[in-house]
Amino acid sequence: MSELIEKIAYCIERGKVNKSSPFPNDMKDEPGADELTKQAVEEGIGPDLILKACNEGMQKVGDKFGRNEVFVPELLMAAKAMNAVMEHLKPFFAAGNIKVKGKFILGTVAGDLHDIGKNLVSMVVEGNGWQVIDLGVDVKTEKFVNAIKENPGCVVGLSALLTTTMINMEKTVSAIKTECPGVKIIVGGAPVTMEAAKKMGADSYSPDPQGAVTFLNKAIGIG
Amino acid sequence: MKSLTDRIKEGKILVSDGAWGTFLHERGLKAGECPELWNVTHRDEVLAIARSYINAGADMILTNSFGGSPIKLEHYGLKDRAAELNQAAAEISRQAAGSDHYVLGNIGPTGVMLMMGQVSEQEMYKGFRIQAEALKKGGADVICIETMTAIDEALLAVRAAKENTDLEVICSFTFEKTAQGDYRTMMGVTPYEMVRAIKNTGADIIGTNCGNGFDQMIGIVEDIRRIDSSTPILVHANAGIPLIEEGETIFPETPEMMASKVKDLINCGANIIGGCCGTTPAHIQALVKEIRKY
Repeated sequence: MSELIEKIAYCIERGKVNKSSPFPNDMKDEPGADELTKQAVEEGIGPDLILKACNEGMQKVGDKFGRNEVFVPELLMAAKAMNAVMEHLKPFFAAGNIKVKGKFILGTVAGDLHDIGKNLVSMVVEGNGWQVIDLGVDVKTEKFVNAIKENPGCVVGLSALLTTTMINMEKTVSAIKTECPGVKIIVGGAPVTMEAAKKMGADSYSPDPQGAVTFLNKAIGIG
Repeated sequence: MKSLTDRIKEGKILVSDGAWGTFLHERGLKAGECPELWNVTHRDEVLAIARSYINAGADMILTNSFGGSPIKLEHYGLKDRAAELNQAAAEISRQAAGSDHYVLGNIGPTGVMLMMGQVSEQEMYKGFRIQAEALKKGGADVICIETMTAIDEALLAVRAAKENTDLEVICSFTFEKTAQGDYRTMMGVTPYEMVRAIKNTGADIIGTNCGNGFDQMIGIVEDIRRIDSSTPILVHANAGIPLIEEGETIFPETPEMMASKVKDLINCGANIIGGCCGTTPAHIQALVKEIRKY
């Protein structure tokens, strides 16, 4: 891997968006993901190589988050840096030079308006090379089912923060399993546990976004 | 009534109330309904919850206004009714509390992050100001800011309450135990960082609420006391981590289990003890019975 690509990956891992961004403190005034990616594209470095390196950077920060070595702010900044990279790679996606790994349909279940956890998962999964279809908060079962039918081959993620809406999560899981057999579902959120996930019929549970990435990649036979 | 901090200075251990959110759902609030709207549409139900905690022996009760910030109410199209709903919340609790129990006007987080630029500091401050002023108008004795995870948001809430009312202010954060064994909020804030930041803003009482049950609360209070031996501490603990059984949400910690940990909690320096999610009047009654021994 070229030095430039390694630098971009490090910017993702540390959440260094661009030169003017003051975060993180020890990288102040250094070029960020934005400038370095622009340079890499201009130098003709393959977009697939850039993307792969960024996925690895995102993986590293996701792992650190899972180990409680960094917290929500660091993860959000990493996602912001990833967005800066993606802006430069958009034309390559549009032209079909690089492809997403698959589609991930994500939403917070009916009755629940909390989106912080869901958004973190969305950003980390996207940063790993997936297309995320974010249905938002308070998503009724029907909306999930329709989205799944419109996107064959997708994987589904459900989020709930409230104990009261964990019941709705269970209903949604069972409706999806009935109407769209074969679709894989991962669940998460503060009150959810692996035990609760299994009980409600979901395929997996993760306490952190990186766990969702691991599950998704396994679902399509990577990793 | 004497101020809360004066009572604590006299060496009194005070009892707060238990859950509101989970209690409202038990009384028929549907998932997806706005809990604060019940202050006007189901006033009697809300009053019954407030009364049940007074009857259980609590020295103070909160108000049904946790999600009463204009930013949260906007989800329900009720942004413009923030002042009305918060004032109604305080009036209900005041009615239940009478003149000899404290009413803690409850303010929860907005659910949006300043660091992501989702909202400006001015807008967030304005929302907290509307809540604090309305809660005071409705009869609150104290402003209780709870379940905070980010320093910047908490500071704005404390400032808004301090600068626009003359009430005592409690500021409480929600911590979780990390894989390394220390305590952090979702945003990575340690109890130490919380105390340093919040005390400088003039909060009268610091606290820890929600979380994973009573055991961890003891560790968090110990952390706070290591760096601050004097500021009163409020603890509102969940009744453990919820489980789903037969389609019902069950909180595992019983009133007896909670009461058995009161001694340790007081010994490590807690001054006000109550419950958060999953705790009931029975939990508060058990706490009262135990705490009255001190």
